[in-house]
Amino acid sequence: MSPSPSPHGAEALAARIDDGALIALAPDYSGCALAVVRELIRRGARGLRLVGCPQLGLQAELLVAGGCVEEVETAAFGLGELGRAPAFDRALRSGGIRIREATCPAIHAGLQAAEKGVTFLPLAGVIGSDLISFRPDWKVQDDPFSGRPVLLVPAIRPDITLFHAPLADEDGNVWIGIRRELMLMAHAARRTLASVETRRGGSLLTDEALAAGTLPALYVERVETIEGGASPGALFGRYPADGEWIAAYAEAARSGGADLTKFLDRWLAEP
Amino acid sequence: MTPDKALLMIATVARLLEGKGHVAVGASSPIPAAGALLAARLAGGSMRVSILGSERHTSFTDGGRELFDCAAQGRINAFFFSGVQIDAEAAINLLGLSPSGVAEGSPVMGKRFIGNFGAPYLASLVPDLILFRTDHNPKTLVEKVDFVTAPGRDGRWLLTDRCLMRRENGRFRLVSLHPGETPGELVAATGFHFDMPDEPKITPFPGDETCELVRGAVAEEIGAIYPRFASQFLTPG
Repeated sequence: MSPSPSPHGAEALAARIDDGALIALAPDYSGCALAVVRELIRRGARGLRLVGCPQLGLQAELLVAGGCVEEVETAAFGLGELGRAPAFDRALRSGGIRIREATCPAIHAGLQAAEKGVTFLPLAGVIGSDLISFRPDWKVQDDPFSGRPVLLVPAIRPDITLFHAPLADEDGNVWIGIRRELMLMAHAARRTLASVETRRGGSLLTDEALAAGTLPALYVERVETIEGGASPGALFGRYPADGEWIAAYAEAARSGGADLTKFLDRWLAEP
Repeated sequence: MTPDKALLMIATVARLLEGKGHVAVGASSPIPAAGALLAARLAGGSMRVSILGSERHTSFTDGGRELFDCAAQGRINAFFFSGVQIDAEAAINLLGLSPSGVAEGSPVMGKRFIGNFGAPYLASLVPDLILFRTDHNPKTLVEKVDFVTAPGRDGRWLLTDRCLMRRENGRFRLVSLHPGETPGELVAATGFHFDMPDEPKITPFPGDETCELVRGAVAEEIGAIYPRFASQFLTPG
């Protein structure tokens, strides 16, 4: 088969993500573009910086296993019921990766600040946690209104928001339903790339019921149709995660070395 | 953990939640989720339960941030935390063990776990917190946590596989021992000092009807969120 002149599908989206990019990623229960993640690993992407919105799971673990990641900012990094993420743990121990420890609402607030075009937002709570001492970029100041100390978190402005969703229309509007963290991520990022299960004609924005859960094309640079694009992860409302695949991955990743390489190579070789 | 112990903890969670209006449950919390669903069923519709990761039990339609916004407004009455360590102050550590400093802005932990999730924030904003551990031992219940994910305060419950405690006047006090536990064993298994009543109560084991409810309707709902936990601990038998 001859190579197609312009890339499409996962390849087209991955080609728009530069090495070193700051990428906002959804949690496992939301929309994760695993097909694009696989393409990034195939390409040998390097130096990626990931923001978990607000936590990182399978897709980030695979990117770390593929050697693509330099830094993560996240409130948690794990594989759900399977517990810790082996490749991430190993990279952290060896110093191959940096982590900016966060808490879920601080990441949401950082994205909301970017969404509003301001440099920071105040956040309730958190004071009293040792976490603050790990974040020199967070400030505690007196609230000018109440006089009490309040935490200020800086805006998080990702270069790219990448996710997978069930549906888009021919205009490039993407239906995300109630997974509105995807909306926030897209509003905050400079550019958004989305894969979707299917495209339909007409405009989602003219359907009152669907428009409320639709990310307008205004925020979306490119949409590609990739059926099963979240697999082996889950896609909300469409299909569950492939638990056996993830358990097999975790086992290979825990033993590491040749076992992990073999597992990844087999996955990367799949069409 | 045995299925019986899981049942006991789930039923105890449900008891502690009696009368709460809105109970929220975070990630990696099958026992609290099951306890909250049981409590809601026993409350006959007067309790709302929101479980992260559940499509059915949610009150949120505005993305991941809504739970946190709700908490800051006082719309969540009770929440749960586990943790790598829980200490005498009722402070919790979700991050890891043996921090040795900061490198390039990153904490260096001797051993890191999954992460802090929303705990640094929620712990100070939700009035009723239930701390839970399914492995009560001196390594998990310590005098002082290695890392303060969230500081402690009075009024917190501590539910483990051995007992129920509550922090009052700056100290934990034993509320009840689970069946089969002795005061001596409990003291030996706990890494901090706590107050012990002269004649400790025994945590009541749930009645047949409650057990059936947990193994039936609650197990089915939990299975949709935590399939492994449901098949391991809540199968009829």
